[in-house]
Amino acid sequence: MSRTRRCRMDRLARWAMGGALGILGIAFAGLLLSVVMRGLPHLRPSMLLADGQGGGIAHALVGSLCLGAGASVLALLLALPAAVALQRAYAPPRIAEAAALVLDLLWGTPSIVYGAFAFLLMVWMGVRTSLLAGILTLALVMVPVMTRAMTEAFRSLPPELWEQATALGATRGEITLKVALRQALPGLVTAFLLAFGRGIGDAASILFTAGYTDRLPGSLMDPVASLPLEVFYQLATPDPTVQSRAHAAALLLLILVLGVTLISRALARRASRHRL
Amino acid sequence: MRVDRRWGDAAVTVLARGALFLVFGLALVLGLTLLLRACPMLGSLERSTLLGSAWAPAQGSFGLRTFLAGSLAVTVLALGLSVPLCLLSALYLSEHASRRLRERVQPVLDVAAGVPSVVFGLFGVMFVVPGVAALGRLLGVPTTGYSLLAGGLVLALMAAPFTLSVALDVLLAVPMGLRETALAMGATRWETAWHVVLREARGGLLVAVVMGFARAFGETLAVMMVVGNVAVLPTSLFGPAYPLSALLANTYGEMMSIPRMEGALMSAALLLFLATGAVSCAATLVLRRMRRLG
Amino acid sequence: MTHIHIKNLHVAYGSHTVIEGLDLEIPDGGIVAILGPSGCGKTTLLKSLNRLLDLHEDVTVRGSVLIDGEDIYAPGSDLLALRKKVGFVAQRPFPLPMSIHDNVAFGARLHELPTVADRAATSGTVERHLRRAGLWEEVKHRLDAPAKGLSIGQQQRLSLARALAVEPEVILADEPTSALDPLSVRIVEAQFRALRQDYTVLLVTHILRQARRLADYVIFLYDGHLVEHGPAETFFNAPVDPRTQAYLHGEIS
Repeated sequence: MSRTRRCRMDRLARWAMGGALGILGIAFAGLLLSVVMRGLPHLRPSMLLADGQGGGIAHALVGSLCLGAGASVLALLLALPAAVALQRAYAPPRIAEAAALVLDLLWGTPSIVYGAFAFLLMVWMGVRTSLLAGILTLALVMVPVMTRAMTEAFRSLPPELWEQATALGATRGEITLKVALRQALPGLVTAFLLAFGRGIGDAASILFTAGYTDRLPGSLMDPVASLPLEVFYQLATPDPTVQSRAHAAALLLLILVLGVTLISRALARRASRHRL
Repeated sequence: MRVDRRWGDAAVTVLARGALFLVFGLALVLGLTLLLRACPMLGSLERSTLLGSAWAPAQGSFGLRTFLAGSLAVTVLALGLSVPLCLLSALYLSEHASRRLRERVQPVLDVAAGVPSVVFGLFGVMFVVPGVAALGRLLGVPTTGYSLLAGGLVLALMAAPFTLSVALDVLLAVPMGLRETALAMGATRWETAWHVVLREARGGLLVAVVMGFARAFGETLAVMMVVGNVAVLPTSLFGPAYPLSALLANTYGEMMSIPRMEGALMSAALLLFLATGAVSCAATLVLRRMRRLG
Repeated sequence: MTHIHIKNLHVAYGSHTVIEGLDLEIPDGGIVAILGPSGCGKTTLLKSLNRLLDLHEDVTVRGSVLIDGEDIYAPGSDLLALRKKVGFVAQRPFPLPMSIHDNVAFGARLHELPTVADRAATSGTVERHLRRAGLWEEVKHRLDAPAKGLSIGQQQRLSLARALAVEPEVILADEPTSALDPLSVRIVEAQFRALRQDYTVLLVTHILRQARRLADYVIFLYDGHLVEHGPAETFFNAPVDPRTQAYLHGEIS
């Protein structure tokens, strides 16, 4: 009697759980499909080759790539050594825990706050909105993402690696440079790509700092366009031909970010297959 | 030769420690700068203005209460919509789904978590806002569609992949033997999930939700594109709201031209920084303590 | 007493066969030890008796297991009733995330047994089963404390109490002492010995001496096949099959 009721409840719960997953799946499929359907007709070569004045989005694509590449290289210079310093051989547990907390704090900080912070510094130093300012700001956003992921990459190395290498008489520095870096390389590349993907899609931080323009970036001190801001600004205009730039930019941005994610996953998978 | 090696080792150490020090410094400088810049508005007299709900920069009123309420309303609504869906989905994946389905869903979650926020905003403007407007017409509520509800929906969708993937990790960490124990006593799958798995995982799940909260609270573009941005206390799902992050994004340009506005906006930034920072740190500490207790 | 009859049982994980064509009638009552070298299918055999194997995705089971004449693998058979009748004690204790008291009451509450109909009845039931598992004296003052705070030995006795509270007729125990210290092993073994009058206990073990101490009847598996079975006395003193002899002499383990 009550057993049938319990079984019915079980079935009901199963439907509810499956249904929830279905709803999320459909919502996301709808999102991706709508961006693709709206963007695809506009994503022609002419759109990709012309800058804003020619009715294209080349300026935004180039701007985003410059911002993303510049910022991720800059972030790498800080994140990689910081992650090295957080390896077990360098950091006592207490320092590592404190650092994890600080990284969480920075990782959780909204990018608009980084934007506001960088804007303050720019005003203070008298710098205008520019590619350079955008790169610096975006690097701030990327540092915690990259450091956390790189720390993980080092953490996943077997501790025996250190023991063996130490037994052979290598110094910590030598082990780091010649063994740990090489062994963790796939994880480090994944971390780099993860941060790059996060940064290239971020708009709130560069809203104040990189500015916006219709042209290709000429120098580090010029304002620069970016794909997310292209979407943001052009969508607000009433002119449908200008709006089409927003849709094309959104699709291009999506392709870039998803491409980077997929590449980094594939790398991680291959690396895990080659390791033990 | 030997001296060279020792120097090289020392150089690596100094370089690495220096970078770590810089990261610590970044957090400190970030917090201090915001605090210093917000300082002019944190005196006792000005504080009462900040805590008020009037926003009229030209008249010198910088009440942030409306915006704080806007942020909270959108975030809570978003979590209210996405957390139950994510928990149920995660339970389906951990308790019922085949390993093959699980292995297919996980990369999709990674990818979905990486979709930039403007893309969600674009989707919101194209579909969610008109949808909310149509719903309003159906219910006889006047609305433009740019509303708290639209913001909540977009943000819920945006928070879902992250929350779901953390929740799934937490549920999969529950040992299989615990499930076997309950099932072997004659519990149904659902009873096992509800009484045992969820209970065992509750700490980790709480952390997942809290981290989702921190991310949603500071989210800017996606929300700002659909939420209406009218500085009124949010009272209706179909009415507009104005979160803190959108305030910052919309008014930074005027910051320098109106006296005391910089202090007000930096107070808003400080509020965002502290709220999200405190929440993510608390989550980490809770998680660490739970691990220690086993 | 419940009667278990296994007919031509085949179990495979994917393409890997673990149990092949096993026919066996298990005697009612007493402790039945399932012996054999590791990887021979002992645990699989045990878990096939309460259909815990269903949790594995790629497992296939052929043949039939009759419990009181009903085939538990027949379509539409009542899984919950089966698992109420057949209790299970795992290798490691896995305390449920709740108090000691609720751990014991959990299963009985699910099945809405009269023994947990109200508060007074429940505390009586909890005490009775904790006593049977030999744990009552150690925990009677902290029944509301989380079960995770107990030592491993105590946790294992708790999982015995928890299984008994569902009022099973058969108890399956999968190497229940392998994670325990020698002292706890002695206590748990004593509890099992006390159960032999009222239950059929199927005990998987890889410890020969434990089987000698406890078993009334022995089943010896080797590489997925049933090699030999019989009353403990005959099994240990006059084994027939050369593989059993080799095993008893410690030549294979």
